[in-house]
Amino acid sequence: MKSARSLKAAVWGILLLTAWFALYRNLAAASHWLTYRVLGMTPGQHLAAAVEFFVFEVPKVLLLLVLIVFAVGIVRSFFTPERTRRILSGRREFAGNILAALLGIVTPFCSCSAVPLFIGFVTTGVPLGVTFSFLISAPMVNEIALVLLLGLFGWKVAAIYLATGLLIALIAGWIIGRLRMERHVEEWVYAVQTGPAADDAPPSWPERFQYGRDAVRDIVGKVWLYVVLGIAVGAGIHGYVPEGLMVSVMGKGAWWSVPVAVVMGVPMYSNAAGIIPIVQALLGKGAALGTVLAFMMSVIGLSAPEAVILRKVLKWPLILTFFGVVAAGILLVGYLFNAIL
Amino acid sequence: MKKLQILGTGCAKCAKLAQTTEEAAQSLGLAYEMEKVTDLRKIMAFGVIMTPALVVDGVVKASGRVPSSEEIKTLLQ
Repeated sequence: MKSARSLKAAVWGILLLTAWFALYRNLAAASHWLTYRVLGMTPGQHLAAAVEFFVFEVPKVLLLLVLIVFAVGIVRSFFTPERTRRILSGRREFAGNILAALLGIVTPFCSCSAVPLFIGFVTTGVPLGVTFSFLISAPMVNEIALVLLLGLFGWKVAAIYLATGLLIALIAGWIIGRLRMERHVEEWVYAVQTGPAADDAPPSWPERFQYGRDAVRDIVGKVWLYVVLGIAVGAGIHGYVPEGLMVSVMGKGAWWSVPVAVVMGVPMYSNAAGIIPIVQALLGKGAALGTVLAFMMSVIGLSAPEAVILRKVLKWPLILTFFGVVAAGILLVGYLFNAIL
Repeated sequence: MKKLQILGTGCAKCAKLAQTTEEAAQSLGLAYEMEKVTDLRKIMAFGVIMTPALVVDGVVKASGRVPSSEEIKTLLQ
């Protein structure tokens, strides 16, 4: 019975994957055909360029989003926050920071439970700096951002984003640990009695697939509209905005563009999905990659709502240090990539 | 009488878990009382670091997610 169900799931999985690849491989040809044959547009027109961009990018990004969110959902079913806490508890600094930054990618995390997670970590022997490495990496190295970067900018930019995000989480957490800021944690936190970890039984494979499906329904259901709107605006820019317009504003020559991008990113939080396609279109018009990366990281890694939530357990000096160190890391990444690319 | 507790600090998922659990318990015809635990100290005492969580008679049955109503029904029995 159980093996029959697993077999059925495996067959379905293979069929769906094949269909996915067939669709993905033929998107470019299909969007070309749709734009010029079905809609009868003339190549070279502004409108044609915008329409072709839109009908190609929307299904491409949505396909990538479904596949990667599903895969990440399955990977995350192996890493509960409780398990991550046990792994990190009692680790020494540095090695612990590396581990925390890596676990931040695969552990399911929602900024709404940042506070219980923070308390659960620091009261069970996870060092403060290691906890911060986790808290920085978990939201920043985010699957939606990765998908959009992969789809719209290619795997190199996605890999750079992943690597620099991890590095910032690692170093920022390490610095916060070195600064010995334990006294800037609200006193009551250390008095909390955290009970022994409550662990669900490990899920079976059909349940893991269920997690993946739930993640797709949850996340894709929430962001698809922003993706479509963002790509629509991006398509407009792609078709109508003249080449080189952005050079003076977001180009390499404009030194102030990186800090401005970081500051602009802080209040933006949930709309990352819509912003990336717009930014991608701007990149084609002369914006610099480092500036774009800094903006992305700031949108995702530094969020004003998260600061408000964390204020329950952290005093202002620690929150400001946290934001300051992460912002400095993002600035550095921005300037670095503007300089070398 | 089953004692059901929903642990959460008031996020959208917590409300959803409370609602789904309530519906599941009613469709099972269960005698139950439900409590929403919002005090962080009490939540931490259960060893839960990812909200929302469902506690049945003092035992954590699910944390960090909203199980389907089918799964909740099996968790309640």
